[in-house]
Amino acid sequence: MAEIRMEGLVKTYPGGTERATDDVSLDVADGEFVVLLGPSGCGKTTLLRMLAGLEFPDAGKITIGGEDVTYRAPQDRNLSMVFQSYAVFPHRTVRANIGFGLAMRKVPAAQIAQKVAWAAELLQLTPYLDRYPAKLSGGQRQRVAVARAIVMDADVLLMDEPLSNLDALLRLSFRAELKKIVQDLGTTTVYVTHDQGEALSLGDRVAVMRTGRIVQLGDPLEVYDRPADTFVGGFLGSPPMNFLPATVHDGQLSVAGHARPAPAHLQGHSGDLVVGVRAEHIGISGINDTDGTNGIEARVDVVEPTGSAVLLTTSVGAGPGPAVLKVSAPPTFRARPGDTVRLDLAPDALRYYDAETQLALEP
Amino acid sequence: MPGPTAGRATGSAPSRIPSVVWLVGPSVLLMALLFGWPMIAGIVQAFAGPEGFTLAHVERMVADPYFWPSVRNTLLLIVVLIPLQFALALAMALLLRTNPRFGGLYFYVWAIPLAVSDLAAGLVWLAVLTDRGYLNSVLAGLGLTPVPWLAFDNPVSLFVAVLVAELWRATALVLVIVVAGLQGIPKDYEEAAAVFGAGPWQRLRHVLLPLLRPSLQVALILRTILAFQTFAVAQALTGQNFPLLVGETYRWYTILQNENVAAALALVVLLLSMLTSVIYLRTLRQAQT
Repeated sequence: MAEIRMEGLVKTYPGGTERATDDVSLDVADGEFVVLLGPSGCGKTTLLRMLAGLEFPDAGKITIGGEDVTYRAPQDRNLSMVFQSYAVFPHRTVRANIGFGLAMRKVPAAQIAQKVAWAAELLQLTPYLDRYPAKLSGGQRQRVAVARAIVMDADVLLMDEPLSNLDALLRLSFRAELKKIVQDLGTTTVYVTHDQGEALSLGDRVAVMRTGRIVQLGDPLEVYDRPADTFVGGFLGSPPMNFLPATVHDGQLSVAGHARPAPAHLQGHSGDLVVGVRAEHIGISGINDTDGTNGIEARVDVVEPTGSAVLLTTSVGAGPGPAVLKVSAPPTFRARPGDTVRLDLAPDALRYYDAETQLALEP
Repeated sequence: MPGPTAGRATGSAPSRIPSVVWLVGPSVLLMALLFGWPMIAGIVQAFAGPEGFTLAHVERMVADPYFWPSVRNTLLLIVVLIPLQFALALAMALLLRTNPRFGGLYFYVWAIPLAVSDLAAGLVWLAVLTDRGYLNSVLAGLGLTPVPWLAFDNPVSLFVAVLVAELWRATALVLVIVVAGLQGIPKDYEEAAAVFGAGPWQRLRHVLLPLLRPSLQVALILRTILAFQTFAVAQALTGQNFPLLVGETYRWYTILQNENVAAALALVVLLLSMLTSVIYLRTLRQAQT
């Protein structure tokens, strides 16, 4: 086990014009689970491949456990990895696949057998040890790939979208299993995904990436709750964060035609900004309910029951472009398209962003 | 009533030839005409005498002073040539797999010998190796004594000359098959092996070679059968000084005008080819069950 330091990593692929990673620096503590999250093409996989030694950076430095490994070959880094395609060797039995890394490191056969038995037990592969991968389901192959990675006692465990080829139900159940396995191992882990749900549920910290840069790094709840810019807010969460144009004038914040005193840190501000709010942080009530709220009136356009909640797509305000707000209402809430509802934007649920830079205006 | 139904079915069936006959028919016909019939004719010819079946032709073939040397030379050539060709082709294919600059160009240049007829290739090498050929000219120019590479009393250099010429001419076939096979192996397997601690040799031995097995098997069978048939290159370079089985067949047929012994020799080549193919198929059978 070891900590990882990445400093100023720059990588441009041959023939490419854009930088795949643009001066990325990231420290991962010993035993920490860090998730690299971002849309495809954001550089997260490139970063992982540079950690693995499968790509070399044009500039920058990678140290693992204090040792500079920037230009070291993969086989000399004491890593293990789970590949998106699994890369389970088709010509080797499950047993030989799991023991591959240990065999390459010339570990005695008895010790390999013991470790393979342990990993197979942990991942419920014991009945399949003598089968070839062609005779396994996708989920079982995935387990073989994970077993092969965890027997290694590696310094660092790398995972490249390991769950993306599984069907939705299997993905959810294996996610929890994976979290427990990695927690028990305590290995420093870097995990790449484009699935925000996976990122939030697995990571000790989440690094959100965009166009080769890390735009926000923090623990999952913080990243979810306080997105550093509108991109992060719009990428994380299902549904993503709502954004509304707003203005500040003379200490008054005006959102969707509704004025209220601006929060303390925006008192000095004047002009346009963007307000972000999560769907589940918007209070909702019928237009005739008399609980005394002075909320914003909105028209319901779409009603989507999801079981645990009702997702409403509403439009607020008139004019040329009415703002669209996604609202997550309690499952008991009843509304029909065309109804008018009252939305309550609680002050502490609102996040403020600069209209130009899209960056958060934090206190 | 089953009667009328059955009658209608049998009435329409004979007029329809199943589509499988149309699909397989032409190739079966061609194979029978161009392959099956000559083979049977050849077998008959090898054992046919004035009073029916005879082993006289086979006895005559074996008694010929060139027969055993030609068997020995053919086998020796295969045993030395094939491993060299595979090592070279594999090394070239692995170099191409690293995506070097101008990799596509190298591949085409390396594949050129495939397009050269084997007699032409033999004549080119003859021009290089003959007493006053290019190689000796270069040696003379450097102040060294020219060597009679193709002299009949120099069997080692004769063998090496045929070996080098065949190596140049026929390695491309193995290369093309191995390159095609390598293209079917995702890079992920090598990358996974590297991450799990396998160095270049271990990756080759434990990952690439096993995954290449089907291609290697095809290349091995093809190359061995073709090597049994080595003829024009050796004929152009050495004439009868380095006898090979097919060259002997040719000699019996044209110079000695004995079709029966020539057919017997052709049968020996056929049997040897079949035997090695069966051995390859059995020993290289996939262990996947």
